[in-house]
Amino acid sequence: MQALRAFIESLGHRVNGMVLRLGFASRFFFYMLLHSGTAMRRFRLTLREIYFAGVLSLIIILVSGTFVGMVLALQGYETLQRFGSTEALGILLALSLVRELGPVVAGLLFASRAGSAITAEIGLMKATEQIAAMEMMAVDPIARVIAPRFWGGAISMPLLAALFSAAGIFGGYLIGVQLIGIDEGAFWSQMQAAVDVRKDIVNGVIKSVVFGIAVCWIAVFEGYDAPPTAEGVSGATTRTVVTSSLAILALDFVLTAFMFTGGNGL
Amino acid sequence: MNRSIMDLWVGVFAAAGLLALLFLALKVGNLASFSTSQTYAVEVRFGNIGGLKVRAPVKSAGVVVGRVARIGFDSDSYKAVVTLNMDGAYRFPSDSSAKILTAGLLGEQYIGIEAGGDSAMLKGGDRIRLAQDAVVLENLIGQFMTSQAANGKGASK
Repeated sequence: MQALRAFIESLGHRVNGMVLRLGFASRFFFYMLLHSGTAMRRFRLTLREIYFAGVLSLIIILVSGTFVGMVLALQGYETLQRFGSTEALGILLALSLVRELGPVVAGLLFASRAGSAITAEIGLMKATEQIAAMEMMAVDPIARVIAPRFWGGAISMPLLAALFSAAGIFGGYLIGVQLIGIDEGAFWSQMQAAVDVRKDIVNGVIKSVVFGIAVCWIAVFEGYDAPPTAEGVSGATTRTVVTSSLAILALDFVLTAFMFTGGNGL
Repeated sequence: MNRSIMDLWVGVFAAAGLLALLFLALKVGNLASFSTSQTYAVEVRFGNIGGLKVRAPVKSAGVVVGRVARIGFDSDSYKAVVTLNMDGAYRFPSDSSAKILTAGLLGEQYIGIEAGGDSAMLKGGDRIRLAQDAVVLENLIGQFMTSQAANGKGASK
């Protein structure tokens, strides 16, 4: 009886802690949105973060996009040739990249490449008391440090996802058309006939915007909330990557369920 | 880091991202399609085009000589109007015939052109008179069934 009570108490304690943290994260998010004026007025602050989150992620996004497209083309050809419809490779490539792989894989790469860096930077600023020093100087650290990093990441993410999809289709084109020798016109024409701008491409962009906001929110919050020790910062960085990867996959399922089932979708 | 270098890179990044979106919308999603080489347009009417798609290849003797540019419907004759963009390098006699063929059993459909014997050549805006429809599998099966049924009746008598 006593053990059962202790178990339920510990469960309740954990749930309370989670709700408290979620509430703090939400309040933090809205406070940051309200104090984003500085990030927009002094756009150079945000520009710097776009450089660090977006431009420096270009290599990994483009290279992995091309390779994902190339592998997809090889594997897709392997299966499609059994049915004598290898020209459908274009459809397979474009739909899987634009709808799912572009936003999701680019989001996962972005979370581990840029999200972890944001968390580590903010966490270290907190550990070395730079954030406290800013507060002493009556500079709002959320407006000056957090909001530009959030917006820089949130702006970069949809562009990176679009680049990932384009690189993937280019990689698939290289393998499918140039190497295997599928008819180029059929490759593009079947792709264009199957891909709908509104239903597929716009939905993919919406997904990448949502993932960008989620990853950057988690990254800046974990950094701001990190215990100001070396151990705390490393733990926060790990939590950013794990939580934002799980958030991307969960949000992807929810968004896909809303977008691609139930009548005419979004 | 130098300010202008960073601005340059962010500008390149933003331009590349927007270009990728444009590529997805135009080339992958076909918001608008552009043509490159010199072509001439020829029209064909079919009773049934099956699963023919815009930009499907037009082949003669197995060689791609053009693309399907447009597929429309003529509500007077109830026929499909298919406009072909033929490569300017290839000329065909004006009594050539067009038929809709299938690559493999389940493959994509394309238009096959068979050259005629006329000395006059097809020009832009001409119409190919002789056209053979796509084979619709259901009709074929229907015909086969009725002929089988007729055979069966004949045998039992």
